Amino acid sequence: DDKLLTEPLSHPDFFSVKELFTLKDLFDARVHLGHKKGCRHRFMEPYIFGCRLDQDIIDLDQTMQHLQLALNFTAHIAYRGGIILFVSRKRQFCHLIESTARACGEYAHTRYWQGGLLTNARVHFGPGVRLPDLVVFLSTLNNVFEPHVAIRDAAKMSIPTVGVVDTNCNPCLITYPIPGNDDSPAAMELYCKLFRMTIIRAKDKRRQSEAFEELR
Amino acid sequence: TLRLICTTTAVQRKNAGASGPEKYTEAFIKKQIEEFNLGKRHLANMMGEDPETFTQEDIDRAIAYLFPSGLFDKQARPMMKHPTEVFPEQRKIQWGEDGRPFHFLFYTGKQSYYSLMHETYEKFLNVQKHQEQMIAQDLPLQKEKRNLAGSRWLTKIELEEMLIEKLSDDDYSRFIQLLQKLVALPCADIEENYIQKFSKEVPVQLQKVVIEPLQYDERGVAFSTGEGKRKTARATAVVYDNGTGKITVNGTDMLHYFPVLQDREQLLFPFQFLGRIGKHDMVCTVSGGGRSAQAGAIRLASAKALRSFVTEKEVEFMRQAGLLTVDPRVKERKKPGQEGPRRKFTWKKR
Repeated sequence: DDKLLTEPLSHPDFFSVKELFTLKDLFDARVHLGHKKGCRHRFMEPYIFGCRLDQDIIDLDQTMQHLQLALNFTAHIAYRGGIILFVSRKRQFCHLIESTARACGEYAHTRYWQGGLLTNARVHFGPGVRLPDLVVFLSTLNNVFEPHVAIRDAAKMSIPTVGVVDTNCNPCLITYPIPGNDDSPAAMELYCKLFRMTIIRAKDKRRQSEAFEELR
Repeated sequence: TLRLICTTTAVQRKNAGASGPEKYTEAFIKKQIEEFNLGKRHLANMMGEDPETFTQEDIDRAIAYLFPSGLFDKQARPMMKHPTEVFPEQRKIQWGEDGRPFHFLFYTGKQSYYSLMHETYEKFLNVQKHQEQMIAQDLPLQKEKRNLAGSRWLTKIELEEMLIEKLSDDDYSRFIQLLQKLVALPCADIEENYIQKFSKEVPVQLQKVVIEPLQYDERGVAFSTGEGKRKTARATAVVYDNGTGKITVNGTDMLHYFPVLQDREQLLFPFQFLGRIGKHDMVCTVSGGGRSAQAGAIRLASAKALRSFVTEKEVEFMRQAGLLTVDPRVKERKKPGQEGPRRKFTWKKR
C-alpha cells in the first residue's frame, strides 16, 4: 500500500500528462487571447506575452508549463482517491462543467456559492463531512467580476487550488494558476477535455496498480 | 498553596439548536412502526373487531369514539397514524464509508434542485439539437398545440415534497421559467414524458349547471321544482304550467301571507321578467328567516324552477339579471369591544 503511494512521486511525469496537449492545440482553442489592456490585472503582467491592438496575448510557453504542472498535480490527487471540486461561475459553461464532473466521477459547483460551504461545512452538511481535497477553478471570477469566494475559503481551509486565470484575474491565492482564456467555448471545452482525461487516466492507473498488487 | 482563580466543573454546554431539526434514525422509525402495529391490534381487541382486518378508517373511527374532542382544528385532535405519515421524510447520510458523497452536486448544498435544473437544461439542449436536425433535413416542425388550459405546473410545496429539500421562491420561479421555455420550443413533443412529471391536470371548474327536464303529474300538467335560500330562510317552489297566476305559500294565499307590497313584488319578479305572469301556478313552502328573507328565498326558488320552462338564452338573461344567484349576505357577528358588528362604543373624551 505504501509502495502504491510513493512510487508515482518518484517520477516527474508519472501519468505522461505532456502527451495530452500541444502548443498548437492551445493556439487553435484560442487560449492565448486575453482581455483588453484596460482590464489587465497587475499580477498577470509576468504571464502576458504582449499586447496587439489593445488586446493582451498570453504567453503560451508559460501556459504550457503551468498546465503541465497543474494536470500532473490533479492526476496525483485523483490517483490517491481525493475529492476534486470543479468551480466556475460562467453561466454558458455551467452545463458542460457539470457533465464533465459527472463523467469523471468527481464533483462540481457552478451555482450560487452559499456563504460558509467550506468554512462552515459542519453546519451546512452534517457532522462527518469530508471536504474537497482539490478545487479546480475553470473561471476565477464570479458574475460581478470579483474573485470567487471559494479561492479565499479554500486557502483558509488549506485546500490546494488549480485555476485558469485570465488577464483580469488575481492569481495570488491559487496554488497552481494556469494563465489562459476563460471566455471562449473552444478553450473551455479543451480544459474540460484535458481534466477529464487526466482524472480518468489517473483512476485507471490506480485500479491497475491495485489489481497488480493483489495478484502478487 | 495555589488559589484557583476560576473553576468550571460544568462541561461546556453544546448549543442545542445548532445541530438543526431532530434527525430520526432508522432504528427509531422501525421501533415506532412496531409499536404502531402492536397498538393497532390492542385497539382492535378493545373495540371487539378482528385484529387482522383492521384498516386505517377503523382506527380513525375507534379513536374518535374513545377520545371525543370538541376542538375545531382537525389536526389538533388525537390521531393514530402510521409513523411514515407522522415523521416527515428525511435525508439519510449522503456519503459513503470513504467519505466521498454519492451525488456529484453534493457540495452545492441543494443537490436535488440543481440536478433537476441540470436535467431539464439537458432536455432543452436535446430539443434544440433535434430542431436543428429537422431544419437541416427540411422536415416540417411539429406544431401540435399542447393543451395549456387544462394543466398547471406543480406548486412550490409539491416540488419540495418531490425533492425532499427546501426551496426558495426564486429557485422555484426559475425552474418554472425553464420549463416554460422548454415547452415553448416547437419540437418539445420528444420530451413529453419528462414534462408530464411536472404538470397536473386542473379539473374543469365551471360545472355546467344541469337544467332538469320538466316533470308531468297525473293530470298531464308540466311542473318543475326549485330550491332557494336567503339569510336563514329556506324555500322550495313547485311551478305548474297552464295556470292562472295563483301563488300559494305554506297553504295560504300569497296576498294573506305577504301583506307588504314589496314582498309580493319580489315573488312576481321572475315571472314579470320572463313575461309569463298569468301563465304559471306556484305552490311553495318556506321556513326560517324574516319577512323579506322568505320573499327573497321564494324568488330564487321560483327562478330556478322556471329554468326548465324557458330557452337557454333566457336562462342566460335571468342569470345576468341576478335572479339565479344566491345572495351571500348574512348577519355579521358582533365583535368584543364593540357594541355591534361595526358600531363602536361611544367615545368619551374624559
